[in-house]
Amino acid sequence: MSESVDIRRREFLLASAAVGGGLVLGFYLPPRGGVIAAAAAEPASVTPSAWLRIAADGTVTIIVAKSEMGQGVYTSMPMLIAEELEADWSRVRIEPAPVADVYNHTVFGVMVTGGSTSVSSSWEQLRTVGAAAKQMLIAAAAKKWEVPVSECRAREGLVSHPGSGRSLGFGALAEGAAGEPVPPVVALKDPGDFRLIGRSLPRLDSPAKVAGTAVFGIDVQRPGMLVAVVSRPPVFGARLKSFKSEAARKVSGVRSVAQIPSGVAVIAEGYWQALKGRKALEIDWEEGEGAALSSEGLREAYRALAETPGTVTRSEGDAGAALAAAPRTLVAEYDLPYLAHAAMEPLNCVVELKDDSCEIWTGTQFQTVDRNAAAKAAGLKPEQVQIHTTYLGGGFGRRANPASDFVVEAVHVARAARAPVKVIWSREDDTRGGWYRPLWYSRLQGGLDEGGTPVAWSHRIVGQSILSGTPFEQAVAAQGFDGTSVEGAMELPYAIPNIRVDLHSPTQVVPVQWWRSVGHSHTGFVVESFLDEMAHAAGHDPYRLRRRLLADHPRHRRVLDLAAEKGGWGEKLPPGKGRGLALHHSFGSYVAQVAEVAVDEKGRIRVERVVCAVDCGRVVHPDTVRAQMESGIVFGLSATLFGELTLEKGRVLESNFHDYPVLRLEETPVIEVHLVESSEKPTGVGEPGVPPVAAAVANAVFAAVGARVRRLPLLPERVLAARHRS
Amino acid sequence: MITLNVNGQTHELDIPPDAPLLWVLREKLQLTGTKFGCGQSLCGACTVHVDGEATRSCVTAVSEVEGKKVVTVEGLVPRWMDPLKEAWLAEEVPQCGYCQPGQLMAAAALLVKNPEPSDAEIDAGMSGNICRCGTYPRIRKAIRRASRSAAEGRGV
Repeated sequence: MSESVDIRRREFLLASAAVGGGLVLGFYLPPRGGVIAAAAAEPASVTPSAWLRIAADGTVTIIVAKSEMGQGVYTSMPMLIAEELEADWSRVRIEPAPVADVYNHTVFGVMVTGGSTSVSSSWEQLRTVGAAAKQMLIAAAAKKWEVPVSECRAREGLVSHPGSGRSLGFGALAEGAAGEPVPPVVALKDPGDFRLIGRSLPRLDSPAKVAGTAVFGIDVQRPGMLVAVVSRPPVFGARLKSFKSEAARKVSGVRSVAQIPSGVAVIAEGYWQALKGRKALEIDWEEGEGAALSSEGLREAYRALAETPGTVTRSEGDAGAALAAAPRTLVAEYDLPYLAHAAMEPLNCVVELKDDSCEIWTGTQFQTVDRNAAAKAAGLKPEQVQIHTTYLGGGFGRRANPASDFVVEAVHVARAARAPVKVIWSREDDTRGGWYRPLWYSRLQGGLDEGGTPVAWSHRIVGQSILSGTPFEQAVAAQGFDGTSVEGAMELPYAIPNIRVDLHSPTQVVPVQWWRSVGHSHTGFVVESFLDEMAHAAGHDPYRLRRRLLADHPRHRRVLDLAAEKGGWGEKLPPGKGRGLALHHSFGSYVAQVAEVAVDEKGRIRVERVVCAVDCGRVVHPDTVRAQMESGIVFGLSATLFGELTLEKGRVLESNFHDYPVLRLEETPVIEVHLVESSEKPTGVGEPGVPPVAAAVANAVFAAVGARVRRLPLLPERVLAARHRS
Repeated sequence: MITLNVNGQTHELDIPPDAPLLWVLREKLQLTGTKFGCGQSLCGACTVHVDGEATRSCVTAVSEVEGKKVVTVEGLVPRWMDPLKEAWLAEEVPQCGYCQPGQLMAAAALLVKNPEPSDAEIDAGMSGNICRCGTYPRIRKAIRRASRSAAEGRGV
């Protein structure tokens, strides 16, 4: 069945003739409101920006409003338009979008790439753009040939009239099409007729990335550009008291030293000179209350806080009474540390500031928020600020900063530099710069009946709110708590009659942020580990118990069964090896993973194989789904085995990849990804691969050596200590 | 003055001898394919070849490479360039792509020395290069593919 979209209902399509002939098609979607107050307060200006341009030579340029950070949107977004347009894929080019309301996220109301939503939120919108343009091209051809529209069809970049054997390329028809009215209603294709969607087309960004010519923010060069590094406070919340810059100014290549709101900037001819200059700075900081912080202290404080009830986020039955009455109960505490995003490309931003304009080149996920913040910092109007989105050398959430920290700072540096400037963060700056995945503490209680069936589940979560203080704060007020703190815990899918989930959201000076999979990054580990504990306590097979408790959740069950089958669940393994299972629903997608590990006598874990089953609805690009699952698993394994930031006296001890290690090739398991075929609406893939893997590995460690480790990362000493306890 | 030979071209540069090769390549010669990742020889994003050896340009002073041949991703030796880049595309290795020039330089150095590496040799040869997107399984496959296609090309 093909769907029909009534464009008049809520959207405006704008057509105009392109310079030099051709069709430019814009599409304006008013913000649907609600999510972001700031966006709603702005006048909804109709921007005749275009989603696609068809040039006279037939080249189709598709404007991509999502940032390419590895997740493949520079291929999947144009596929959605090209499919309905019936474009010749070999003639499709892409161009990153400028900041404009027309490119706002259809749900979030600002220009942002995040929440694993690019395909799901563009699915109908971009296909509608393609379908409308196709209809206009057909109308132009029909007019030219004086035949009914219904007798013409479009295919592979051509419109043809089979009756007379005539055909014309899109390029030849583009100018005529631009004069056609935008159709008020368009029909979308029957999925059975898809020619591009569902195929693993070669990624459009790969050739430049392999040649080394892809331009990331850090590669941008501007005439007369200087390079700066910033000395930032050693403790979160500290303030600058005084500084001496004489020695720094004497370093060869250093042009100037300037105090800016975030610290002291050293502006030089190049990065290396700026870094040398920074080493010569003498700065006196007023450290403030942050200097008292330690991660161990926070853990203790959170543990104490968990003795008191928090804000109830879900309550079913009476968990308290059921726990009191249960013949058998379990209690467990889980700890997860602060984590840095550690994208391969350290943060950076290029700013060219003039009296009446500000141009910015950076790899950002958050264009609207950055533009508005940059305008404020520069004393300009938002429309005077232009952002050029480059390729992102990884994002993982860090490049959608609610305070636009790396952009605003660069504007201040540019002001001081009086020249175009590129601010580069060293790896150490990046690691110690905050905006971390929060440190989390969970306390769980479970009750089993005589037969060993779970009858009560109580989960208390303690950790900083990510959404408070961001443009999404309104959602916290509306719900009464930060839903992202408990996501994945609150929606526990298992059929347990008495469930209670509550939350404490203490505030700290350490800035926190979404980190690939956000709240699911801790709840996936905690929930799936504790369910495993309950299964083992009752003598149940963890797979069979999950299956039984998911009788009403067919999509959960399907990925669970698929992962268990492909992962060889139940097959014997030699001593010292074990298999663990975990299942998690996030960003609309269902993912189950079976991990196989070997644990040696020193407690060292080797993850040998991870089998992953995913149901993300209709698949637009199968290879991208596989790649994102592999990516999520490797990212999640880094956090499972190594990732931990330690605060002492307010300072982050870790600084670079030697003390904040991430997974390397030799530590990478064999990864197998299995896709569930589905005709449901597409859902996220960028993040859902992350949440289950820590639990799958921890559960496998338990299966291998009987050690239940409830604190991430699963360091050898923690494995040994847990083994000793068991 | 420092004389540098990069990708077959000679450059006379007025730079201090202790300037890191990485920043000279990126900022003086505009060869931005070589990336900055850690500045401490920990991640491999800045890998170039110096007289054929995979070298971390972020901790290499320009004075150390005077009189030697420096090759960057922009000038990767033709013998391995085609099979490697083709394999990288065939396996769809890159995601964000930032570490990939360094990965390719490390892979090329590995294959020059050992045209048919075992899985363990690939692991050992490539573990100095970090990829946060997790393209490692595909890097393994691409190196095996490049090795095979080069062997076929040589008629082995």
